[in-house]
Amino acid sequence: MDLYRRRILINQAGIGLSMVAMSFGLFALLWILWTLFSKGFAAFSWEFFTQDTPAPGTEGGGLRNAIIGSGLILFFTTVISTPIGILAGIYLAEFGRVSKFASATRFVTDIMLSAPSIVIGLFVYALFVVTTGGFSGWAGTVALSLIAIPVVVRTTENMLKLVPTSLREAAFAVGAPRWAVSLKVTLRAVKAGVVTGVLLAIARVTGETAPLLFTALSNQFYSTDMSQPMGNLPVVIFQFGLSPYDNWVNLAWGGSLLIALLVLGINIGARILFRQKDKR
Amino acid sequence: MTDAVNAVPLLGEDIHAAQIRKFRFQDMLFHRVTLLFAFLVLAALIGILVSLGMEASPSFKEFGFSFLWTNVWSVPDDQYGALIAIYGTLVTSAIALLIAVPVSFGIALFLTESCPVWLRRPLGTAIELLAGVPSIIYGIWGLFIFAPLFAEYVQPYLQTALGDVPVIGGWFTGPPIGIGILTAGIVLSLMVIPFIASVMRDVFETVPDVLKESAYGVGCTTWEVVRNIVLPYTKVGVIGGIMLGLGRALGETMAVTFVIGNANRITGSLFAPGNSIASTLANEFGEADPGLHIASLFALGLVLFIITFIVLAISRWLIRRGLGAEGV
Repeated sequence: MDLYRRRILINQAGIGLSMVAMSFGLFALLWILWTLFSKGFAAFSWEFFTQDTPAPGTEGGGLRNAIIGSGLILFFTTVISTPIGILAGIYLAEFGRVSKFASATRFVTDIMLSAPSIVIGLFVYALFVVTTGGFSGWAGTVALSLIAIPVVVRTTENMLKLVPTSLREAAFAVGAPRWAVSLKVTLRAVKAGVVTGVLLAIARVTGETAPLLFTALSNQFYSTDMSQPMGNLPVVIFQFGLSPYDNWVNLAWGGSLLIALLVLGINIGARILFRQKDKR
Repeated sequence: MTDAVNAVPLLGEDIHAAQIRKFRFQDMLFHRVTLLFAFLVLAALIGILVSLGMEASPSFKEFGFSFLWTNVWSVPDDQYGALIAIYGTLVTSAIALLIAVPVSFGIALFLTESCPVWLRRPLGTAIELLAGVPSIIYGIWGLFIFAPLFAEYVQPYLQTALGDVPVIGGWFTGPPIGIGILTAGIVLSLMVIPFIASVMRDVFETVPDVLKESAYGVGCTTWEVVRNIVLPYTKVGVIGGIMLGLGRALGETMAVTFVIGNANRITGSLFAPGNSIASTLANEFGEADPGLHIASLFALGLVLFIITFIVLAISRWLIRRGLGAEGV
């Protein structure tokens, strides 16, 4: 009886602690979100979206230049990383199932998925900023693309692997060449999954700050010139958040909420998209 | 494809041969193009290593290998060593894992064994969303919300409770200012919990139901099933997940930079401000003087990249084994 009681107690303690751990995780998420909403919404106003970042110590101002800059950098990042990522993913899934080169690429992609993003920033600085003679929106785009591409490669490959071989064989049997089978049959079959991968990649790079610090830098003024330093939300949040000015800190909270809404929105959207595909 | 369907066999051999030659050429081209892009990914890694190594070489030439264990980082004297930053990186990551591993294990256990089925999906999604929150938001939250509360309500108690204990007492000395190495470790732990928890949940789900059911059948409790069946079965994958979390924690920049305090010294107290490799880079690189300073920062980056590369390589290998790797 004693042993029996002890086992029950240990079990209850174990399950109890696991529930505590779960609540801890949920609590952290809710706490962070609640802070963001309460502090961030207070900063939202018409000026927040229509005016540029204010000078140190002055009142008012907004984040227009940073919002536009982030939008441009993210747009070009998506345009660059989507085709590269998808084509590399096709290679890994269709041509490189067993080759040594493909498994090396797969290995490197996995590492790059979690590699420290600040090192990517250093690399682009050495490769791009030094050689082109200055910080620029393009350098920021290259840095973010290097982070986004592995995400797209991995999801594309994983999705293509799920396509049944019989589908490929059917296409080959009616005489389709390999490129047509890849692009018009298998890729089309996993369209929703690939789009999900691209969305997740965008969500991943939206909040990335470290790689932009030494590439896009920041710009106090409104600019759409990609070859010049460019204002962007994460770097502005970093600079303003660590500043002694209340007005700047407020704007940083507003920017944080904006980024969080975007990232969580994309994440949830991608999930819904993928689940719908699952059901069909 | 439509061409292939429309080709009329009566027109003779030549058209077929031409068609096949065309397809063969297009296929070759397609193969080469996709190969090129796959190669780009590989080239990026080699490029990172080579370029960091080249930019860092003046620093290694000046200081040699002792760069790695020199306890000085002084811009005015132009003397640089990596020890302070390496110490900060390792200690914050160790604190993060100390907190994150048990919590992640609890979350994974709850999600796979004791959670009602209808709650599994929403709770799992919530944990994954925690992974999606950008690190800069953890940073600003840690600096403005967590650190003041921590300084007021937790640090004084830690100090009175543990300050006089031999050996570890020294970890809790100094003014409780909120920001510092311990705070950085705690914020980091929140960031890596979702990564470790999702890997653990995935590998826990690979345990065959038959194994668990037979243990339940002979009267095991849930806890006993997890301890004696699930954990031994998934050992490799679990360690892989922890290594993945470690790799993340080592390289994390923004969350740490906000709360670590950015002081270039080692004091031995966890309440004291310090610096990690990533936070040193984030703070100093933008304004670094050309020459030895910038070269030393590149050297730090190279050290960080090599450490995380090794940790992530081991993690990937273990997780693949743990999940019953298909292919390579």
